Amino acid sequence: MSEALHAATKAEDGNKVAAFIRREIGRVTALASLVVIFTFFTVMRPVFASWANVSGGILMSTTVIGLMAIGVTFVIITGGIDLSVGTSMALVAVITGKTVMAMHLNVWSGILLGMLVGTILGAINGILITVLKLPPFIATLATMKGAQGLALIISDLKPILFTTDVKGWDSIAQGNIIPNFPNAVLILLVAAVIASIILNKTVLGRYTFAIGSNTEATKLSGVKVNRWLVAIYALCGLFVGLAAVVMTSRLGSAQPDLGLGYELEAIAAVIIGGTSLLGGKGTISGTIIGALIMSVLINGLRILELQQEWQYVVVGAVILLAVYGDNVRRRRAGETTH
Amino acid sequence: MSSVQLLSVAGVSKEFPGVKALNNVHFDLNEGEVHAIVGENGAGKSTLMKILSGIYKKDSGTITYKGEEVSIPNPFEAQKLGISIIHQELNLMPHLTVAENIFIGREDRFPGGVFLDNKKLVEAAVALLAELGLILNPNDIVGELTIAKQQMVEIAKAVSYRGSVIIMDEPTSSLTPAETDALFAIIRSLKAAGKGVVYISHRLEELEKITDRITVLRDGEYVQTLKTSETSIPEVISLMVGRKVAQDQRPENRVIGTDIVLSVAGLSDQHLLRDISFDLRKGEILGFAGLMGAGRTELARAIMGADPKTAGTITLHGNEVKIKQPSDAVAAGIGYLSEDRKRYGLLLNQDITFNVILSSIPRFSNKFGFLKVKSAAGIARDSIAQLRVRTPSERQFLKNLSGGNQQKVVIAKWLTRDCDVLIFDEPTRGIDVGAKDEIYRLLTKLAEEGKSIIMISSELPEVLRLSDRIAVMCDGRLTGIIDNKDADQNVIMELATKFSAGLTSVN
Repeated sequence: MSEALHAATKAEDGNKVAAFIRREIGRVTALASLVVIFTFFTVMRPVFASWANVSGGILMSTTVIGLMAIGVTFVIITGGIDLSVGTSMALVAVITGKTVMAMHLNVWSGILLGMLVGTILGAINGILITVLKLPPFIATLATMKGAQGLALIISDLKPILFTTDVKGWDSIAQGNIIPNFPNAVLILLVAAVIASIILNKTVLGRYTFAIGSNTEATKLSGVKVNRWLVAIYALCGLFVGLAAVVMTSRLGSAQPDLGLGYELEAIAAVIIGGTSLLGGKGTISGTIIGALIMSVLINGLRILELQQEWQYVVVGAVILLAVYGDNVRRRRAGETTH
Repeated sequence: MSSVQLLSVAGVSKEFPGVKALNNVHFDLNEGEVHAIVGENGAGKSTLMKILSGIYKKDSGTITYKGEEVSIPNPFEAQKLGISIIHQELNLMPHLTVAENIFIGREDRFPGGVFLDNKKLVEAAVALLAELGLILNPNDIVGELTIAKQQMVEIAKAVSYRGSVIIMDEPTSSLTPAETDALFAIIRSLKAAGKGVVYISHRLEELEKITDRITVLRDGEYVQTLKTSETSIPEVISLMVGRKVAQDQRPENRVIGTDIVLSVAGLSDQHLLRDISFDLRKGEILGFAGLMGAGRTELARAIMGADPKTAGTITLHGNEVKIKQPSDAVAAGIGYLSEDRKRYGLLLNQDITFNVILSSIPRFSNKFGFLKVKSAAGIARDSIAQLRVRTPSERQFLKNLSGGNQQKVVIAKWLTRDCDVLIFDEPTRGIDVGAKDEIYRLLTKLAEEGKSIIMISSELPEVLRLSDRIAVMCDGRLTGIIDNKDADQNVIMELATKFSAGLTSVN
């Protein structure tokens, strides 16, 4: 290779890196913020960076919200929203808990059942949105309240304990297939990788982006948009089901009143991760980073012994900053916001 | 008729980037006169009205109102002078009452200015409606009224400003014959009260009934002002279209087969389309001409299943197909290229490859649902080369392409889907002149390769240049299908203004 050609190739590589950063600036910024926040807390309190805190505190507390946020990412990329994921998780936990205890199911059947129930709840959202043509916000607001009530009714307001009859339910989340690495975190990682493949490499993922970019044009191109939307909301439900399984395993019980409010944390993680609420744009890795930013903040502020009330204020400020930063960046790039 | 001049427009011009919308236009209006402005789509009628009502600013020329030169910088000023406009799309608040709509922004209040005096408001409305002879209840909710009654509310609102000039833009476009007659009665009473009415309509037959003078515009230029009593509809039409017909191009005499690819029979929809039937042959370009609102886009969307039909069958290659949603039409091999590409055709925030394969994604995926990224990029590169899309690569985002290149990507999408029937709706809208010729050549080439093409266009030269046959629509009906050799602009305009149901007096 001649010198000149070599230099040219190098310059092109440089351009490629620059282009990559330009294209991925949302995620790059989110990741950089995560590193900065993490470093800040480590400097303030070195114990923050200990593996015990990182795995048992930060990562473990990211798992449930993270799994939900993965599902919600798909929905938000279509330009929709799912407010029902929090209480749906409680409902899935209750139904799964009851069934597992009553029928003495083994761990694997229990996991599959949880995911199945979650998928069905998600599909119901999809049907309400496409067949009854309800706006996603309204449809999932209704199912959010419905699921909340049903979880309380079915459980008779009492937590469902997973007794030792169900061997190994606690190790779904708390076991260590990899030494010193909680299974729940492993589940989140594997789920994120699979979700990322679905989103970027499959037909379903492609239609997710197409619907979010321009629903009408997608419809007129001959795509059965309604059918795909049901599938996408069902997929969201599947991840919610998985979150419910992890949750019950961590707690050793299904708590009917635990879940309300989780939907907003999941949505916040998606938004901080750079997915556009307008649809058509988003990544799973961004969502995971977004969920981590929130856990790191909460965990760090707690270690700094900041009052819980103030923790909320800080998280609110971070959401504002993240979205504002994204807007500024878009305007500079002259991007259309639809 | 009084001859006191109310309004006079002299030498007004207006230019938009790349388009001379109005060039040295003249117009005047007397007290107690109804003066029509007519012209084809794009003749400049709307632009002139928008200048008079303060929505656009003129580039040059003068406007004289009641003997004084005025400037009309915004709609407020127009209203203050006494010029009111009734837009084609009514601008009423559907959830408010008739009285509230009429006096919106000028509500009577109790002393102190905080609380509304609803009683006074209703009284004022009653008085105004009585004065105009309108039978309306001031307390009715506007959204629950018929379109005709809503229009009466608009008229009452316009009169309530106590202005002298009322501009009506296509006031009869959604009225029945009886309602139209009622509107004319109101217009006559406005005349009697000394108001001047500027009347814009595509329905030329109406002009004889209601107008005193007619001003013709063409391509943004003033053509002539005629006294209605001294002219005829054919004369008006020839003035409307009378451009240099000589330089119009026609298609070479191609031989079209007799194979009927698409056959539409008795198609109607809920609002506009009535009993439309036509055949499309293999390799043919069937042009659809008509004025705005004639129902051509609605027809295309009904064929595609994008909007519901109430009657009619669609037959492809001799087999009837049930089309309930666009995916049925696409599966049958019909592709639609919308007039509004950005809204209905493209994923602007995605790249060329994504857009090219959008209709054919199942073909570019394996049985596990994974995309064949390489073959998708391959077909995108092929399309770019074949259609000469000007872009650095197939990964360019659509929003960064010019209008002509975006249109080529939409065409590539349907060619990739391998559709037999392509419906082009305004294929060259928003495309600059150089790229237009390229699109024309492409359409002709597609027809020669055996595609059957429906081309909807509002530009008559474009229709005449490309179409083997020309279907003309008016008011939701098909008023004629003619061979290109029998067609000229006059014939088409006559068919395009032939209202079979618009008026009681049509023979």
